[in-house]
Amino acid sequence: MDLLTPEAGTVFWMLLAAGIVFFVLIKWGFPVIIDMVDKRNEFIEKSLGAAKAANEKLAGIQQECDNILKDTRAEQARIIKEATDRRDRIVADAEQQARESASKIVADARTQIQMERDEALRGIRREVAEISVQVAEKLIIGNLSEKQNQSDMIDRMIDEVESIRKK
Amino acid sequence: MRKWLVILSLMLMCAATPAVAADGDASAEEEPIDVSGIIFEHLKDSYEWHIITIGEKDIAISLPVILYSKLSGWHFFMSSELEGSDGYDGFHICQTGAFAGKLVETDYDGTEVKPLDFSLTKVALAIIIDGVLLMAIILMCAAWYRNHEPSDAPPKGFVGLIELVSMMVVDEVIKPGVGKEYRRFAPLLLTLFYFILLNNLMGLIPIFPAGANVTGNIAVTLTLALVTFFTVNVLGTKGYWKEILWPDVPTWLKCPMPLMPLIEIFGIFTKPFSLTVRLFANMTAGHSIILALTCMIFIVARMGPLIGTSMSFVSVLFMIFMNCLELLVAYIQAYVFTMLSAMFIGMSRVNEEKKD
Repeated sequence: MDLLTPEAGTVFWMLLAAGIVFFVLIKWGFPVIIDMVDKRNEFIEKSLGAAKAANEKLAGIQQECDNILKDTRAEQARIIKEATDRRDRIVADAEQQARESASKIVADARTQIQMERDEALRGIRREVAEISVQVAEKLIIGNLSEKQNQSDMIDRMIDEVESIRKK
Repeated sequence: MRKWLVILSLMLMCAATPAVAADGDASAEEEPIDVSGIIFEHLKDSYEWHIITIGEKDIAISLPVILYSKLSGWHFFMSSELEGSDGYDGFHICQTGAFAGKLVETDYDGTEVKPLDFSLTKVALAIIIDGVLLMAIILMCAAWYRNHEPSDAPPKGFVGLIELVSMMVVDEVIKPGVGKEYRRFAPLLLTLFYFILLNNLMGLIPIFPAGANVTGNIAVTLTLALVTFFTVNVLGTKGYWKEILWPDVPTWLKCPMPLMPLIEIFGIFTKPFSLTVRLFANMTAGHSIILALTCMIFIVARMGPLIGTSMSFVSVLFMIFMNCLELLVAYIQAYVFTMLSAMFIGMSRVNEEKKD
């Protein structure tokens, strides 16, 4: 049966046509496709690695950020606390100083007042003495012209002196 | 649902059998349908490409006939010249004998002599059409890759499909079969795969420019197997030849009588032979079954309207099923041919050191 015997002419055409097809496709067809797929796979692998590294880096940066933020918070709290302390201390110092200066002023004022009062007393006394002397002078001059008067006055003066002494 | 339809149709057929017997006598006067003739006409090569017959008129593509005869030298004419029964230029198509269906010329002493026949037959033209189509498809895809960088997105659509199939073949067939040298042989094996696949698929489309039974032609499958044969044996390593001529078997199997070497040498030739016959037989069988199912419609059409309609219905269902199966077979045969070729190449690339 000639279905089973290969025909030489068909083999010839097959060799010619398939030969060209095989040559062209082996040279310019499939290597391009296979190369490209291999390169793409390489690229994908590389990209995956890079993405992983970037992710890790990002995670590191995030961690660093968190750390910085934490440190900053702590620093902030510390500064605020310090400021508060300093304020309290300043206020306390000021109060202390104010108290001290106030008491000093009060003490000074007291001594001043004392001194002025003493001065005033002394002045008054001097004036009173002068006035007394003048009054006495006048009285003496007026009364001592009569004898009675003179003795009366001496008695009275003695009484006066005695009453002052009693006081 | 479909199963029930088939069973129902079969029952109808059984019920109608007596009627057929009665009808058979009446239609016996008509010329019986030559089923095997029709099937073989479709399976075999031909000098012209017959497309359709409308009424009495044949529509066919006339193809060039190229002959070299020892008696009368070169001859070149179109196949349409052969339409008359007495042939052309001293050549006629042999009806019987070893050269049936071929162009022969009559020798001086009356015997029929077959000239060297380089005619561009239906199969030859189909090989060229399919080859051009294959080159166009693959080079078009290759052009896409030339215009893109590896960092671009992978191709979509048809190019993506070709890449998917190619890489599937490379990863599942060529890499395991050939081994670490797979890159060197991948283009060859991929070309084999696509050449067979495209020719198988084109064989399933019934209308020109497809429809020729290319991979069901033994000359074609033989040539394809020879590609594998020469790749294996020309590029075979020392280790490969050592395994054939001096295999690792007890000495009495190879020393006085070279029993194993003989078997191995025989194996060199049976491998391409099995490739040839496997592809040829599978494709021929598939085409035969589809053609037989088609012929059945014309046979049962003469058996009356009831049986004709029901059986045609069954036949069409079976044809749809067979065509789906043939699509699968077209792929599987291309896959198997490539897989076996890859394995044979892999076996021929063994290193001596690795075996020890």
